[in-house]
Amino acid sequence: MRQHLQYTNNGKLRHFLSIDGLKKETLEQILTTADKFTQFGQREIKKLPLLRGHTVVNLFFENSSRTRTTFEIAAKRLSADVINLNPTTSSTSKGETLLDTVNILEAMHTDLFIIRHAKSGVAELIARHVPDHVHIINAGDGQHAHPTQAMLDMFTIRQHKGPFNELRVAIVGDILHSRVARSQIHALNTLGAHEIRVIAPNSLLPSQIERLGVHVYNDLQQGLDSVDVVMMLRLQKERMHNAYIPGEQEYFNLYGLTTDRLAAAADDAIIMHPGPINRGLEISSEVADGPRSVILAQVTNGIAVRMAVMAMILGGEGNG
Amino acid sequence: MTKKIDVDVSALLDKLVTDLTPLLAIDPIIIGIHTGGSWLAEILHQRLTINEACGSLDISFYRDDFSRIGLNPEVKASNIPQDISDRHILLIDDVLQTGRTVRAAMNEIFDYGRPASIRLCVLVERNGHELPIRADYCGITLDLRPDQQIKLTGPEKLSLMVGDLAAGDNQS
Repeated sequence: MRQHLQYTNNGKLRHFLSIDGLKKETLEQILTTADKFTQFGQREIKKLPLLRGHTVVNLFFENSSRTRTTFEIAAKRLSADVINLNPTTSSTSKGETLLDTVNILEAMHTDLFIIRHAKSGVAELIARHVPDHVHIINAGDGQHAHPTQAMLDMFTIRQHKGPFNELRVAIVGDILHSRVARSQIHALNTLGAHEIRVIAPNSLLPSQIERLGVHVYNDLQQGLDSVDVVMMLRLQKERMHNAYIPGEQEYFNLYGLTTDRLAAAADDAIIMHPGPINRGLEISSEVADGPRSVILAQVTNGIAVRMAVMAMILGGEGNG
Repeated sequence: MTKKIDVDVSALLDKLVTDLTPLLAIDPIIIGIHTGGSWLAEILHQRLTINEACGSLDISFYRDDFSRIGLNPEVKASNIPQDISDRHILLIDDVLQTGRTVRAAMNEIFDYGRPASIRLCVLVERNGHELPIRADYCGITLDLRPDQQIKLTGPEKLSLMVGDLAAGDNQS
């Protein structure tokens, strides 16, 4: 069903809603295309004419600064016109308000909506609602998916570590609330990572997470043994009121990534984090700012990866 | 059906080297258009004994039919190693037909800087122009049927092939 919604009848990428349902070739094409776009950031004129005349709307129902900014920069580097909207959601008639907002923007002949929403499934709901010539990119929906984040993570891994089939990757922290972790797991599986581990206390793990093809560890040091990539997650403090963890200091003592704990990983392991970072909670400053951290490379790569997804979706419409 | 035509590519290159030699006085930067143009650019760069590295352009991101046919998955990165501002550019391609590739290449060049001039050198100039773009230097002029396509194959041994136009868009 998802695959059907994300591709046109000709097999071209139509919407980008979740990694789940996308073919390996599509993910590889995103990475290859993004690779070509990385060079443009260093040119005197940082613009390509590909999306000239197209209108892109950043529709962010939930706050975000870096994701919205990198989408905006990516669209502008491709010469699209960009509109940023942060509509407030009415709690009583959310569904109706949402589709009304989209209808109104669509009537202004927009081509692409970048959507972030606190509820899972909103991007898909809108994708089912819009006519054929309008496209949707999911910029994070509830606890469901954040596919462009996962792809920029894959790009960063490939850039620093090479082919996926030789890599052991550990995802550490609040897996339960993390749309990033779900998308990362699907992407790593599709691209054929050698091993995927998730490391967290049981209270922060979704039930039956093993079914996604991951190895579960409750102990950080055991889980980090010989891994090539450590992907940290932000502890979602705003969701911690239900006593998922005994306390922040206890959490850091057990699951915080420090230089000492990192010794268990491969000597050349890289450290990633989708941001924003809770320093001293899930990761120490020493590690976050250390030589093996690629956290800033992730931000830079986010622009090229988002350019690639937009170009693949909006290009070749005449045939699609 | 594709067949090799009886044109001696090395003789065309000899002619181009002779024609281009006076240009050395203005110290040009050689830029080839991917892929055939880049092969020719490498050869001419060497034969003209220019020290400065030559550049290559993949104009896929500048094509005027992007919204119709989409991104070419095989797109290569463009590489222009030096600052081109106020320099004379010698742009090289294998075949000039419609002129659309050259237009895209010029658009891309201007995103790297403002050159003093651009000259166009092609191995083959054929009929089928759609834009006011002509070659300054050309190995041979050919008159072909509209349904015929001409293509440079290589890079080990360069030869010109003529075939019937396959379904799809020819933008040379």
